[in-house]
Amino acid sequence: MNTVQGARRIVVVGNGMVGARFAEEVARLDPAGERVHVTVVGAEHHPAYNRVLLSGLVAGDYTADQIRLPVPDTPGVTVRTGLSAVSLDAAAHTVTLDDGTRLDYDELVLATGARAAFPPVTGVSAADGAPGEGVCALRDLDDCHRLLALVRPGAPVVVLGGGVLGLEAARGLQSRGARVSVVESSPWIMRRQIDRAAADILRGRYDALGVKVHSWRVASRWIPGTGLELDDGRVLPGDALVVTAGVRGNIELAKDAGIEVEHGILVDDTLATSDARVHAIGDCAQHPGGGAGLVQPGWEQAAVLARRLTGTEPQACYTGSRPVTRLKAEGIELTAFGEVHTDEKDGEDLEMLTVSDPHGGRYAKLVVRDEKLVGSVLLGFPEAAAVLSQLHDSGAPVPADRLALLQGTVPAPAAEEAGARSAPVVCRCNAVTRDDLEQAWLDGARTRESIAAATRATTGCGGCVRDVNALLSGWDTKSPVS
Amino acid sequence: MTTTHCPYCALQCAMHLETGPDGRPAARPAPFPTNRGGLCRKGWTSAEVLGVPDRLTRPLLRKDRTGEFTEVDWDTALDHVAERLLALRAEHGPDAVAVFGSGGLTNEKSYTLGKFARLALGTSQIDYNGRFCMSSAAAAGNRAFGLDRGMPFPLTDVGAAEVVLLAGANPAETMPPMMGHLSAPRLIVIDPRRSATARVALDNGGLHLAPRPGTDLALALGLLHLAGVRGWIDRAYLDERTTGFDDAWAHAAAWWPERTEQVTGVPAAHLREAADVLGAAARARSAYILTGRGSEQHAKGTDTVTAWINLALALGLPGREGSGYGCITGQGNGQGGREHGQKADQLPGYRRIDDPAARADVAAVWGVDPDTLPGPGRSAFELLDSLGEGGGARALLLFGSNPVVSAPDSGRVRSRLESLDLLVTADFVLSETAALGDVVLPVAQWAEESGTMTNLEGRVLRRNRAFAPPEGVRTDLEVLAGLAVRLGQPADRFPTEPDTVLAELGRATVGSPADYSGVTPERLAAGEALYWPVRRGAEPTPRLFLDSFAHPGGRARLVPVTHRPPAESADEAFPLIATTGRLMGHYQSGAQTRRVPELAGAEPEVYVEVHPDTAAHAGLGEGDLALVTSRRGATRARVRLEPTARRDTVFLPFHYAGEQAANNLTNPALDPVSRMPEFKVSTVRLEPAPPEPVPLEPAP
Repeated sequence: MNTVQGARRIVVVGNGMVGARFAEEVARLDPAGERVHVTVVGAEHHPAYNRVLLSGLVAGDYTADQIRLPVPDTPGVTVRTGLSAVSLDAAAHTVTLDDGTRLDYDELVLATGARAAFPPVTGVSAADGAPGEGVCALRDLDDCHRLLALVRPGAPVVVLGGGVLGLEAARGLQSRGARVSVVESSPWIMRRQIDRAAADILRGRYDALGVKVHSWRVASRWIPGTGLELDDGRVLPGDALVVTAGVRGNIELAKDAGIEVEHGILVDDTLATSDARVHAIGDCAQHPGGGAGLVQPGWEQAAVLARRLTGTEPQACYTGSRPVTRLKAEGIELTAFGEVHTDEKDGEDLEMLTVSDPHGGRYAKLVVRDEKLVGSVLLGFPEAAAVLSQLHDSGAPVPADRLALLQGTVPAPAAEEAGARSAPVVCRCNAVTRDDLEQAWLDGARTRESIAAATRATTGCGGCVRDVNALLSGWDTKSPVS
Repeated sequence: MTTTHCPYCALQCAMHLETGPDGRPAARPAPFPTNRGGLCRKGWTSAEVLGVPDRLTRPLLRKDRTGEFTEVDWDTALDHVAERLLALRAEHGPDAVAVFGSGGLTNEKSYTLGKFARLALGTSQIDYNGRFCMSSAAAAGNRAFGLDRGMPFPLTDVGAAEVVLLAGANPAETMPPMMGHLSAPRLIVIDPRRSATARVALDNGGLHLAPRPGTDLALALGLLHLAGVRGWIDRAYLDERTTGFDDAWAHAAAWWPERTEQVTGVPAAHLREAADVLGAAARARSAYILTGRGSEQHAKGTDTVTAWINLALALGLPGREGSGYGCITGQGNGQGGREHGQKADQLPGYRRIDDPAARADVAAVWGVDPDTLPGPGRSAFELLDSLGEGGGARALLLFGSNPVVSAPDSGRVRSRLESLDLLVTADFVLSETAALGDVVLPVAQWAEESGTMTNLEGRVLRRNRAFAPPEGVRTDLEVLAGLAVRLGQPADRFPTEPDTVLAELGRATVGSPADYSGVTPERLAAGEALYWPVRRGAEPTPRLFLDSFAHPGGRARLVPVTHRPPAESADEAFPLIATTGRLMGHYQSGAQTRRVPELAGAEPEVYVEVHPDTAAHAGLGEGDLALVTSRRGATRARVRLEPTARRDTVFLPFHYAGEQAANNLTNPALDPVSRMPEFKVSTVRLEPAPPEPVPLEPAP
């Protein structure tokens, strides 16, 4: 290791998307490694990869090679894979690894992420907590490989948990030829992100693909080789069970070291924990602004913390983010953000617009407060999602015509509206209007060449030749004056 | 009748010049591969600029800035300039004098200007307005291919392609005859605005992706991501002809479509469609990616262009007939102007001034000791920004440029120019910048002298003299020679005949990347298509890179790049993004085109293009006068409602001066590699304009 003298030592526990991004940000801010030296330790043997795209791997859209994350190649960053941190001594500023070695730090970054939460259903996990036979989560690359080994075309698969990941996995497995059912214990799928009306239509979309969704059903037993038994006694056939029923933050290292935790490791706007030298980012962190579970807030936290700890912007703060949920399922365009569960009766200042089109499989909901978009669900409005989420981000006022927003960036074809200021221009290159051409015709120009000589029309890019010819042939059969 | 080329953009359309029936010069189109017998309205009316009523024919001088200019004779003007330059140099050293050139100057002038700076002035402080145009694409092209020739293929090749992707380019507005080459290919236009080119694309079955300004880099990464996922990447080509794909991919891997959508505002479905349309054409080896200022004029312009080049390389486009990457050079001699030494870090032949071998070669041609040549100087904005301050130059000689209108942060540039001890401008009218100065030297226009230009394809062209300049007017070469002699240089070192200079330029570029040694007046007159490099006695090079790229080892390099936000992000005080661009009827600072009644009449004043919702929120309607304010200054502009505009973005053309100058707003944040300012993204607020005039600089 080639440490610059005087550089502060930062240890990062976790080489997932957020830990790796932190290292990348540091490498960018401190390319020579003069300010800090970062050591990243990751439990997985693989180099860092893009966990968000695992469902794409299941669908066959990506190979494992394609989802690798960049590994910083600067003297200030060292990445060590296949190593776990087993204990933290916050007073001594040391982390002990599972190979018995210890790392001293000046600043510690916990990016330990989260793991799949296995519901207490018979057969889902073995006595030692490992997945039962035919059961697998979808948190890491090894899960992915295990799942793909279990799934053959035509084979039945049950997805337990109808959240974003479960629905993405279900779509991916279905496109691989599996017969998929989804079980969700909440009243509707994507309970946290979308409202019930949207979920009903979304369920219809899955149904049309051949994916059966069973909402508000609790699993009672996983029977390897047979399937999943539900609380109503039905058994859904399944060679494999994919558990996507939520996650649990990996907070034990911090908790055992006496750092304050709730469901995550508590951090403030500086991303410091109750120990000022220990920081937490990503899914293991619990910030008052929320945001765990999506990568965007974790990456924002990584960027803020990198600016703070490299000293390039010591006052940088993370004040929460406005995450957008975007389902990555081929053919299903679903975007959701902000407050979507509020009903009009909740407050008089709240205004809602909903468009429900069960037949077309489309649904839109805009929630507006004080002329600002505070939440939205969009199913089947691919053009509108980007405009609306940026409107939400910017806090800009919502235009009077709310419905027009759903049509996306392009309202009605307005190509000629700008031209309405003056007579319609036929030849843009030379600013020749229809009136100019008509005058030239009246003055005796009867061919494209003589029109060009008189007006310069068609002599620029040549794009208006067709239009000029059409006008000429029209006028040749009747007087242009209408 | 004289056949020559247009005074304006890099398309360099051919035209016939003659005296019209009214006794005044007139232009009409001539056949040529780039313009295919067409001209836009600027070209058609270009001859009118020769006869503008406020044409200068006598040098202007004032010894007191608060006073009026008086007309003087040439000796008085040049003696005064030389005397002041010598005094300033004696007191403050050679770098106290700076030179600012232009991508509008001929190759002969660009070359002589660089030589004049290094020999007659001994200054390192020379740069040019091409820094504001081509520098990002040039830096990215050099980095990827080892050589930068804007289009390394003839423009006519593009017309045969299935698909052309235009990233931040709007040729239907800026170089209309080029659209004749784009009528057959399916177009994918990347532009925050529904530009004229975007409309052409949509009308003909193409695509328009409208990213939020400043997110083009993310968009290019997102398209590379999709090219990888959807199987369009040409692995065999990457293995055989390039290096660096894996690292470049690792960065693109983080730009899955839904994330790209969120950052750029371009729907993921559109990204997928664009990737497939481009990918399928690339598979058929029939696609081009072309970039323009929209991708390049950012504080991350070099990396943005690199991202487009990486996409082109991943698809196997460059260095093959029928496909490729190119940048669309803007200024008339934007290509030649960046090759022959008027750039701060450069010697003729596209060689670096810190390269000992290049210094020795050029010094030998110039007949001087290489050690007497200065080193690299400041880039354009840094040069202007440092004027009159500690360490900055005290005098500026300005040729073919009007930076008080065309440089970013006009207010700052104006105050720097005003702080100079001496500002000398060579121009044909009293431009806004010339009007701030001490001496104005009246010079000839394009049709009044001859010389060579290198067009957007890297083809060297001859501009022919059609008319004699007005009495009293001199050429730039004569001005430089006159000054050089007064500064103690031997007269024969600064020839005034363009052909003599061309021959010397040829000698000075022998063996260099941009080798012009085979460019002769005879070959030009014979109409030979001289794409550089043209070695003496050798064939020209219409298509570069067919066998190998110019890096040692012959491989192109994919350089890993990652997206970062613009220098300024919208906030409560400045909630909108202003982006700037061009109009068909005007050219650059408008010094020429605002003097042509037909052009000025069609677009007489600056406007601000706004989405109707955004305008309504600001209390503005069509035709109202708006005040657009950034952290740097303000512009008063007429509102034009545009329902296809992004709601978060306003657009202003930059051809106007004073309180109408869009560059009052723009951000001089610079690209770390190319030193390109961030013209395309400044955050602003929009409000109804007050009746009183707008202060050009922000209140202290």
